[in-house]
Amino acid sequence: MGMTMTQKILAAHAGLEAVTAGQLIWADLDMVLGNDITAPVAIEAFEKTRHKEVFDRDKIALVPDHFTPNKDIKAAENSLKLRNFARQQAITNYFELGEMGIEHALLPEKGLVVAGDVVIGADSHTCTYGALGAFSTGIGSTDMAAGMVTGKCWFRVPSALRFNLTGRLKDFVSGKDVILHIIKLIGVEGARYQSMEFTGEGIGNLSMDDRFTIANMAIEAGAKNGIFPVDGLTRAYIRDHGSRAGKVYEADGDALYEAVHEIVLDDIEPTIAFPHLPDKGRVFGEFGEIAIDQVVIGSCTNGRLGDLRAAARILKGRKIARGLRLIVFPATQKIYLDAMKEGLLEIFIEAGAVVSTPTCGPCLGGHMGVLAKGERALATTNRNFVGRMGHPESEVYLASPEVAAATALAGVIADPRKIMGGSHE
Amino acid sequence: MNKAGRVFKYGDNVDTDVIIPARYLNTTDHKELASHCMEDLDESFAREVAPGDYILAGSNFGSGSSREHAPIAIKESGVAVVIARSFARIFYRNAINIGLPIMECPEAYEGIEAEDRIRVDLTQGTITNLTKGEVYQTHPFPEFMQALIEAGGLMAYIKTWEGK
Ligand code: SF4
Repeated sequence: MGMTMTQKILAAHAGLEAVTAGQLIWADLDMVLGNDITAPVAIEAFEKTRHKEVFDRDKIALVPDHFTPNKDIKAAENSLKLRNFARQQAITNYFELGEMGIEHALLPEKGLVVAGDVVIGADSHTCTYGALGAFSTGIGSTDMAAGMVTGKCWFRVPSALRFNLTGRLKDFVSGKDVILHIIKLIGVEGARYQSMEFTGEGIGNLSMDDRFTIANMAIEAGAKNGIFPVDGLTRAYIRDHGSRAGKVYEADGDALYEAVHEIVLDDIEPTIAFPHLPDKGRVFGEFGEIAIDQVVIGSCTNGRLGDLRAAARILKGRKIARGLRLIVFPATQKIYLDAMKEGLLEIFIEAGAVVSTPTCGPCLGGHMGVLAKGERALATTNRNFVGRMGHPESEVYLASPEVAAATALAGVIADPRKIMGGSHE
Repeated sequence: MNKAGRVFKYGDNVDTDVIIPARYLNTTDHKELASHCMEDLDESFAREVAPGDYILAGSNFGSGSSREHAPIAIKESGVAVVIARSFARIFYRNAINIGLPIMECPEAYEGIEAEDRIRVDLTQGTITNLTKGEVYQTHPFPEFMQALIEAGGLMAYIKTWEGK
């Protein structure tokens, strides 16, 4: 019986000819990631062992991004713990404020993940790197600590769901709509313990930013990982960013999938996930007027340059609705700088937005835009759980940068195609 | 065999944001995390839970973030075993890695009510409802995971581990 792409990568990293779904294996790790929330817990666990040194100082990435710039004293102390550990262990990939960014945008940008890698991160959205043809998955702090000691992680080999993409997205529809559509289709635990493997000629019509967004939210369907095949675009991305070449794995022709879903990209509409789960997707026409207090554009899901461009295209020369707050947070310093050079930041500020330094900030209700009781946000982030952005009685609606920009202008959840008046330039 | 304890019962999709809200993630202090456990869902939980009690939940328990603060807060509260119809995957592995036993058992979710007293046997995979006099059978833990739990979690397990 053939193996899926994920199973092939795992087998190779476990030193096995073949693996099958359900098998428990130990796999070698190419990268171990942690942030300012999860790494301190892992560091404490690491320090309790008899090990003085991490398994490989080049294969650990530490990114203070959640509560940074430090929002309070406790956050500052956690960041300090990260910094001290990085110094003491001479960790190559520690990113201080000024060079950091949101971890899942930063690692691919810095070339730290390439095709064929096995990556664990003490952050659930580590699955983002599946866009590059790597196996990457979120784990907890103890896995991170054990990974830093041994360079290995235990896995139960996942079975897979296949999503066969065909066609091309319409204007003002993007990767976020694809993944919100898929999660609506299969539900928040539709892919639990499984891989989501994307295939089909439609992938060739998706930008790398779209693929990152799609892989990023695999976890919102409960998946262990989401993974894309490696094509010319992936190779170019890795060449432009990476220092390593990567290794391309392909699923066997007779690989076993638990189910195959046909996704026609042309049919996908702008999709908005209603409170309080990412699978509560609806399309325009299925809901009435919903007033919004705050729009957030950014995060590891949609804080890349392509996302900012998509929003700026709609906001250009326009003003956001009175009484609405628009917060834009580019995902990394490089994206921030590129957006500045391209004049995107100017477009945002002139439209009435605030532009934040790269941070997770509002995405997890941490800082830089926390919601009050009864407030409603529309965000390009990935989770709309109860209390995710602040008060337990606030609400979060998830959408694409295009819908977010249109909503900021209208003050109610708005269709970018209407706002742009059919002027599909 | 665990001792008898009281059941705290919750619904589907209890996510890590309600198990331990992000606003408390600026600490790693176990006691402080436990004092806010389940706060946004059940404000009385942290006050009422006693060592040896059980959490029983529906599908997809622990969905959301990878924060180990969630199983840590539950373990530190004294909860002996979390039983659910199903678990989100990161929570599943985090719980095993820190030595918090968990069990998937849809029948237990149907049969057991909040406040019932139950007793659990992990090696046999049995859950006994002392209040109703019923027994629910589920899969015993895979050997590898039982070894992790018995060792006291992943860190203790790799101590004795000479490379694999
Ligand atoms: S941006 Fe949001 S989802 Fe992404 S890593 Fe930060 S907190 Fe998590």
